[in-house]
Amino acid sequence: MTTETAIPISKLRKKQPRFRGLESGHRACLGCGEALAARLVTESAGPDVMVANATGCLEIFTTPWPESAWRIPWVHSLFENAGAVAAGMEAALKAQGKSTKVLAFGGDGGTFDIGFQALSGMLERGHNVLYVCFDNEAYMNTGIQRSSSTPHAAMTTTSPPGKERMGKRHLKKDIVSIVAAHHIPYAATASIAYPSDIRKKVRRAMAIEGPTFLQIHCPCPLGWGHEGDHSITVARLAVQTGLYPIIELERGGLANVMPLRNIRPMTEYLKMQQRFRHLFTDDLRAKEELEHLQAIADHNIEIYGLRSDGGKDAFDSEGMDTVRRGGMRWA
Amino acid sequence: MLQALEGSQAIAQAVALCRPQVIAAYPITPQTHIVENISKLVADGKLQCEFISVESEFSAASVVLGAALAGSRTYTATASQGILLMAEVLFNIAGMRVPIVMTCANRAVSSPLSIWNDQQDSMAVRDAGWIQLYCADNQEAVDTTIQAYRIAERTELPVMVCMDGFTLTHTLEGIDIPTQKQADTFLPPYEFSRTLNPRDPLSLGTLVTPDYYTEARHSHHQALLNAQAEIVSADQDWFAISGRKCGGLLSVEGPEQAKTAILTIGSVLGTLREALEEFPPGQPVKLIKLRSFRPFPAETLKAACKELDDVIVLERALSPGSGGIIGLEVLAALSELPKPPRVHNFAAGLGGRDIPLEILPTLLSTLNEPSDKRFKIIDVELEKLPEEDR
Repeated sequence: MTTETAIPISKLRKKQPRFRGLESGHRACLGCGEALAARLVTESAGPDVMVANATGCLEIFTTPWPESAWRIPWVHSLFENAGAVAAGMEAALKAQGKSTKVLAFGGDGGTFDIGFQALSGMLERGHNVLYVCFDNEAYMNTGIQRSSSTPHAAMTTTSPPGKERMGKRHLKKDIVSIVAAHHIPYAATASIAYPSDIRKKVRRAMAIEGPTFLQIHCPCPLGWGHEGDHSITVARLAVQTGLYPIIELERGGLANVMPLRNIRPMTEYLKMQQRFRHLFTDDLRAKEELEHLQAIADHNIEIYGLRSDGGKDAFDSEGMDTVRRGGMRWA
Repeated sequence: MLQALEGSQAIAQAVALCRPQVIAAYPITPQTHIVENISKLVADGKLQCEFISVESEFSAASVVLGAALAGSRTYTATASQGILLMAEVLFNIAGMRVPIVMTCANRAVSSPLSIWNDQQDSMAVRDAGWIQLYCADNQEAVDTTIQAYRIAERTELPVMVCMDGFTLTHTLEGIDIPTQKQADTFLPPYEFSRTLNPRDPLSLGTLVTPDYYTEARHSHHQALLNAQAEIVSADQDWFAISGRKCGGLLSVEGPEQAKTAILTIGSVLGTLREALEEFPPGQPVKLIKLRSFRPFPAETLKAACKELDDVIVLERALSPGSGGIIGLEVLAALSELPKPPRVHNFAAGLGGRDIPLEILPTLLSTLNEPSDKRFKIIDVELEKLPEEDR
C-alpha cells in the first residue's frame, strides 16, 4: 500500500540527518582523497570538536576568505605548528574545564617533515588531541614536490626521473611507527578506500583521553596522475598490494591489522598512476626499482602479518565495506 | 611594600597576578629565571594554570596562540635566538589580532654567539605587528607587564614587554609588587571576541586573496597607531591604582630650557641619570625615554622635541648596512617639524659591552665635532680590528 508519506529508500537515505563538519561546495579537485577523508573524520568526530589545521591543500580549498566550508571551529595558523596550536587549544579548554575534543589536521608535509617537531612535542606531553595526517605522499599544494612520505621511486617535480635518477631515491618514512614510539595510547593507519574503518578508528580515538594519531592514505589525482574517478580504486590497491598496511598500534605495540585476503600484484597499483610510469619502460633500472618496491610490499606483509588465512572476514581487505562496493555486511 | 627581588622573580610574580590560564615557554638565557620562577609558583600551588614546557620557542608561541584562540589569557617569554625562531608565529599572532603578552629578555643575536644584552632581538621583529614596550627598570617591567594585558585585550594586539637581559632580569632591586586586589581591579576577567566555540563555529586564519589582503594590513597598521591612546590610558589608570606610572608612550625629564636631549630605550636611562650627576654637563640636557617603540609615537615625539637644537639617539642595536634603527625613525619623525633639531645617532653596549658613566661626556662632545657620519658605534675599539675593517 502506498501512502502520501511513503518515501523511496534512496531518498530516505538522503533525508537522514548526519552531522557534516566539512560541507560541500569547497574548491578541492575532482576525486580529491583528502577532502573525502576530512569529511569522514569530521562526520565521525561530531560537532563538539575544534580543529587546528596546518597549511596545505585542505586549508586552502576549504577557506578562501570570506567563505568557509567548515561547520566546526577551525583555525589555521602556520605550516609547521598544527601540533603545538592544538596543544594550546587543549590546554586552554582543560584550564576552563571544557570537554570539547581538539583535532589537529596536517598533510604529510606538515606532519612527516616541517611539523614533525611540534607533533612530537604534543605527543610527548600527552595532550588530549587526535592528530590526523592526510597522507597524499607529496607537497601537493605547492605543485607536487617530494616529501619524506613520497614512496620510493615515485616521480614528483623535485624527484623527476632522468638519466641519473629513477624518481625518489629514498624510502617513505615510517611515521606511524615513530609516532607510536612515543608510547601514545593509540596510533593507526587507514585509507579512504575503507570509510567504515576510518569511522571506527576516529570513534575509537575520540574516546581516548590522551594523544592519538591517525594516518589516512589519500590519493591525489593531480599529483599521482590518475583519473579522478579512480581515487578509491587506487587507494584500495595500495592496501591490497601490501604497500600501505592498515594497522593499529596501542602504547607502541602492534594491536591489530587489516588482513589481506587476495594480495594483488603490486604492478596493478603502480600502473594506474603516472608517477610510476618511468618504471614501466625498457630501462634496466626500472626493473630493479620494481623489485625494490615489491620487496617493500613483501616486507610489510611479513612484519605486520597481513596475509589472511583465506577465510572470509568482514574486517579484511575484501570484507570491509568500501565505496561503491559495500562490504560483506551489506551484501 | 618594597621587597628586594631579582627582576625575573618580580616578573614571575607580576605575571601570576594577571591570572594567566596557559603559560608556555622554552628556556633561553637570560629569560630562564622568569620561567623557573613561574614553574615554582605553579609547583607550590600559588599560580593555578596550565604550564607547558614546550620543545621549542616556535611551539611556545604556537601554544599560546592556540590557547588564546580557545579563550584563555596566556603568557610566554623568550629572548634572542628564541625570538628569531618564533618570528613566523609572531607575525601570525599579530596578523590574527590575538591578545598575547610576552616578555623579551633582550639579548644579542648570534653570530658571533653572545648571551649578553643588547636589543637586536626585539628590533629584528619590530615589523611583526606587535606592540613593543621597553622598560627602564624592574619596577617598570612589573607595572608594564600588568598594563600589557589590558592594552593587549582592549586592542586585540599582542604586546611584547622588552627588558634588558641580565641588566634587569638578573639584578636585585627594591620592587613594590602590587596586591592581587590592585591587579584584579585593573584587569577584569577577559573574554576574547573570537573565541573558538563549537556552538558558534568560526574559521580563523583563512586564505586571503589580493582583494582583501591590503585592507587587512591597513586595518592592522591603523590598530597599532590607535593603540597609542590605550597605552597612555593604561598607564594613567594604573597610576590611579598603584601610584606609579611608566611614562606612557615616552617621557621627558631634565631642565625645561635644555636645547639638547638624549633619547634612549631600556635600562641605559639609569646610567645616563647617574652620569648627569657624576659629570654635570656644561649645558642643560634632557633625557627622553622612549617607552613605546611600536606603535612609534611620532606626534608625541615631535611635541617633545620641537624646541630642541640637538637630539642624541643612543641605541643598543643596529641595522648593518644602514645604521641606527631608532635613530632613523626619530630623524624621519622630527624632519616634519618646522625647525627640526639635528639628530646624532649612536649605538653602544652591543653584546653586553658595559656602558660606563663616561659615555655621557663622550656623547655630548660629539655635538661640536664636524661629522659626515650620521651613525656610529660609539664604543667600538678600532685598534682590535685589522686595518681594512676599521
